[in-house]
Amino acid sequence: MNKARTNPLNTFAMHGALIFYTLIALFPVFVILINSFKTRKAIFKEPLALPDTESFSLIGYQTVLKQGDFFLYFQNSMIVTVASLFLILLFGAMAAYALSEYRFRGSKLLGLYLALGIMIPIRIGTVAILDLMVSTGLVNTLWALILVYTAQGLPLAVFILSEFMRQVSDDLKNAGRIDGLSEYTIFFRLVLPLVRPAMATVAVFNMIPIWNDLWFPLILAPTEATKTLTLGSQVFIGQFVTDWNAVLSALSFAILPVLALYVIFSRQLIRGITSGAVK
Amino acid sequence: MTALTLTNVNKSFGAVHVLKDISLTVEDGEFVVFVGPSGCGKSTLLRVIAGLEDATSGEIRIAGEQVNLTPPSKRGIAMVFQSYALYPHLSVRKNMSLALRQEGQPKDVIEQRVANAARMLNLDPYLDRYPSELSGGQRQRVAIGRAIVREPKIFLFDEPLSNLDAALRMNTRIEIANLHRQLSASMIYVTHDQTEAMTLADKIVVLRDGRVEQIGSPMELYNNPANQFVAGFLGSPSMNFFPAGLVNEGDDRTMGVRPEDLFLSDDGPLLAQVIHVEHLGGDTNVIANVQSHQVTARLFGQHSIEAGQSLRLGFSAQKTFHFDADGLPAA
Ligand SMILES: Nc1ncnc2c1ncn2[C@@H]1O[C@H](COP(=O)(O)OP(=O)(O)OP(=O)(O)O)[C@@H](O)[C@H]1O
Ligand SMILES: [Mg+2]
Repeated sequence: MNKARTNPLNTFAMHGALIFYTLIALFPVFVILINSFKTRKAIFKEPLALPDTESFSLIGYQTVLKQGDFFLYFQNSMIVTVASLFLILLFGAMAAYALSEYRFRGSKLLGLYLALGIMIPIRIGTVAILDLMVSTGLVNTLWALILVYTAQGLPLAVFILSEFMRQVSDDLKNAGRIDGLSEYTIFFRLVLPLVRPAMATVAVFNMIPIWNDLWFPLILAPTEATKTLTLGSQVFIGQFVTDWNAVLSALSFAILPVLALYVIFSRQLIRGITSGAVK
Repeated sequence: MTALTLTNVNKSFGAVHVLKDISLTVEDGEFVVFVGPSGCGKSTLLRVIAGLEDATSGEIRIAGEQVNLTPPSKRGIAMVFQSYALYPHLSVRKNMSLALRQEGQPKDVIEQRVANAARMLNLDPYLDRYPSELSGGQRQRVAIGRAIVREPKIFLFDEPLSNLDAALRMNTRIEIANLHRQLSASMIYVTHDQTEAMTLADKIVVLRDGRVEQIGSPMELYNNPANQFVAGFLGSPSMNFFPAGLVNEGDDRTMGVRPEDLFLSDDGPLLAQVIHVEHLGGDTNVIANVQSHQVTARLFGQHSIEAGQSLRLGFSAQKTFHFDADGLPAA
């Protein structure tokens, strides 16, 4: 074992720094959570105090559950996020595999073209996208959001995944070909499992911006039936009065699924399954 | 019957011409070794035979049937890669049986064949482990096992031992030789290890720059090399070359003498200045300069020779080779 790593002082410093960072990162979440269980008065009087018998109140949650169709918003957000992530990973991985595995005329150029999207924010094209969605009749459907988010996530996904796929051993793929696996089986059964950490990275990177996005839901799908959670929570934030209990409760709700998805993906990040394939 | 026939096979990657007019045959049950310096196209040739690369031109026949357009899995070949290339997410048993399941073989046949291969390679205790839980040598045996269960017409090995340490390499080499005897299958084996080539091969194919330099049995190649390249490539340490003029005034050919054919002799024709001595116990390798030409002598037994001293080396005239300026034999 590395000597520097076993030095107790180093270990202490390292863990100290990590714990400190964790505390800073979790503090806002913690404040949101405790305040979502307090009365409005208590929130403003002592924002950092834990809820006690006097200040405890579920009024925020009650408002959220009564107001609008909160579970529908929740479901919409979930559908949009999961579907977009699925499509980003599927198409991103397939494009990345084609670019890294097969040589064909213009493959370099195509790779560059696909990566261009990393530098150009998709919001620049909002007007054109809205036009497109109106004329295809997709406006005010969840599909509008799913398609836009997929397009937004693909460039980085292709870029990262093709780098990783280039590192998958040729011998392994060739062994599969000799064993009679089809190109699709090689892709799904050999290559994808080996780039799983990269897939998880791409998923985590894309998940939060999609879940939190307010822009496209507001423009492309603002109807009651297609509202996402972020958009739905906006009703509690008014120009003059803001229902802080409801906002904090809605936010607390919104954190949970992201947390769950993150746990799922981050488990993949640390799986050491790749070792032992080759040398 | 011939297991494999290549006729004028060429392979280019774009403008790079890698294989040039390769023609050769592999008989049934023959052990053929491809040797040649790094980058000469050995792996490419093997991949063309396997069908992992298409030949640019030429014909490939396996067991008499043209297979130029046949996909790798239908060619009746199995390949063992230098990097093992085991499927990391499958157990040893599944690694070995994947190809058979893919072919749709019945369950009992698969089990039977996997059990046989495992017994042959002493892999029984490891069948339910994953590749990451095996040592290098065990992984290599699994890779070989994966090839055996397919009962291929031809085995292809691409430097299968180069990742193993010296002792393990020798054991596995013997195992492969045994395997060849037991299975009496045709095998093609790529290596740049002299010893592997000489000890395993029925027939050696020497390649250089994508061309076949010579084909023959190990002793044929050792005794009658077709040119200076083959003479220098086979044998270890490699053959000494120096101008024949050093020995016979006015001779403008190149003379070749194998290190093991040089001996100490007080009236020998070569006056040599010793640069370095390697004491191997059974043998002594003397590296010396004859004028400005470096020669190596492999002397049997132990000798007390030291760097810096001079000595005379002799050889018998029958044990010499002569080459002209183009490297071709010159009588
Ligand atoms: N896909 C490719 N594209 C272009 N050139 C290639 C490609 N594959 C191999 N080559 C070239 O073909 C030549 C032969 O390569 P090959 O891998 O067959 O050599 P080798 O004899 O197996 O060498 P080694 O002993 O180092 O494994 C090399 O010069 C290599 O640069
Ligand atoms: Mg090679």
